[in-house]
Amino acid sequence: MRRQPATARVFRALYSGNARAVIGRGLLATRSSNWMVMVSGFFEPVLYLLSMGLGLGALVGAVEGPAGQEISYAAYIAPALLAVSAMNGAVYDSTWNVFFKMTFAKLYESMLSTSLGPLDVAIGEIFLALLRGALYATGFTAVMMAMGLATSPWALLLIPAAVLIAFGFASLGMGITSFMKTFQQMDWINFVMLPMFLFSATFYPLDVYPQVVQWIIQALPLWHGVELLRQLSVGVFSPATAVHILYYLVMILVGMVLTTRRLRQLFLS
Amino acid sequence: MRAAANGQPVISAQDLRKCYGDFAAVDGLSFEVQAGESFGLLGPNGAGKSTTMRMIGGVSQRTSGTLAVMGLDPDDHGPEVRAHLGVVPQQDNLDEELKVRDNLVVYGRYFGLPLSYLRPKADELLEFAQLSDKANAKVDSLSGGMKRRLTIARALINEPRMLLLDEPTTGLDPQARHILWDRLFRLKESGVTLILTTHHMDEAEQLCDRLIVVDKGRIMAEGSPAELIRRYSTREVLELRFGSQRNTTAVDELRGIGDRIEALPDRVLIYARDGEAALEEATLRGLHPVTSLVRRSSLEDVFLRLTGRSLVD
Repeated sequence: MRRQPATARVFRALYSGNARAVIGRGLLATRSSNWMVMVSGFFEPVLYLLSMGLGLGALVGAVEGPAGQEISYAAYIAPALLAVSAMNGAVYDSTWNVFFKMTFAKLYESMLSTSLGPLDVAIGEIFLALLRGALYATGFTAVMMAMGLATSPWALLLIPAAVLIAFGFASLGMGITSFMKTFQQMDWINFVMLPMFLFSATFYPLDVYPQVVQWIIQALPLWHGVELLRQLSVGVFSPATAVHILYYLVMILVGMVLTTRRLRQLFLS
Repeated sequence: MRAAANGQPVISAQDLRKCYGDFAAVDGLSFEVQAGESFGLLGPNGAGKSTTMRMIGGVSQRTSGTLAVMGLDPDDHGPEVRAHLGVVPQQDNLDEELKVRDNLVVYGRYFGLPLSYLRPKADELLEFAQLSDKANAKVDSLSGGMKRRLTIARALINEPRMLLLDEPTTGLDPQARHILWDRLFRLKESGVTLILTTHHMDEAEQLCDRLIVVDKGRIMAEGSPAELIRRYSTREVLELRFGSQRNTTAVDELRGIGDRIEALPDRVLIYARDGEAALEEATLRGLHPVTSLVRRSSLEDVFLRLTGRSLVD
């Protein structure tokens, strides 16, 4: 047998260029069973926006936007809620969903007894998570525009930016999930997500915190997503915009490398 | 069909080893399988059979040794090797979110096969698996035997040259097992190479042309079922039960009858060419077993002889 160069060999064992079969399977399964989950995922941020934005907003009144201009409280929190929903959707798809398919349904085991490699599976599953994220983002952005909360044409970029955020969380989430063995461990994910949702400058500006707390929050991914979308919603940019985008690009890269390595360890060891 | 045409083995394993830390699950297996053959790995749970199957499918990397499946190294060419394999895992892993027929079509898509091929093929396989009337049923409404047949049908969607069956009928009732054996026998007749693991000797005797007896990751013996029985056992076996207290003391009194005596916790086995004659002699010695049974030797006896343990614990 002729041996090929090491990297080419590893790649051939990992990838068959057929992630679309995994995507096709996901769409068919969604059509037949999962669509209720999809619908609820769209309404969650909309309900938050209505209760907090309109309800609480009546008490708060106008607040200071990203460029120092006055905007309504609803317009202030709407992009943050979009970032949160991108995070939640991606994390649900890439953690609970993947955990279930890996541990109980043995779906990946059956996929990997065909021509598919682990990278096909990872790309396919992450693509599905992003497709769902894009649908939610489109719906929510439409709601924002209808309510007059997105004032700039730049706001259309909220959709790809939300997908970028989802991509970061999905790729890292799938890698982390591969370490999980029990449902108890899966709960740790919620333990990280909930405070991140509440404290990442989602409902009020970061400068209410002491400096140290600000640093911690700025190190976490959600804050970058919230800030990025908030800037896009009014079309005001700063050098920080590039930092936010870069943060997610690095997160995606780290997540993909981790996920592929873990899938290889789990299924091809 | 390159390998088959040249008369080369479709699987060739030399000194195959798989270690988890210090523990060797597979400890130096060497065997060859020819195209069209039905080849079995017989052994108790934990003998390393499933690990060997996983290495053949390229989903478990060997620690050392060489392995070629249809001329390719499965560690390097996993997807290519699996394109020609049908895999039936020990536990059904059907897609519960999809309907019965969709399970076949979607699985075929994983091989990159076109829908124009898969649609008629799925119907054909449902017929083969006697599941045509369940095409649009949910998977969880199927019985254990039906799920097993669907898993086998699914493994055939890519028209594999080789089918890997890991404990194909474990956990099924006798009727379901016989239906399944019949289906597997038809596949064998149509020229598909079958590789199966089992800890049921009757299954091995029914389905295997040739088998290896595996224990603790090593090959204990190799041959056809009839050959192995001839080589390692007598023609007949007399089974005597004296009740759990009496079995060990009875062994002393039985000494000299037949070729060999094997004392198990629940019964005493006397290996003899003529079982009835052995029973007569035991009765002459004044022994009165609670029950007695004369039967033909089976692979179970071969395994007991080779390892000193019975196959099903």
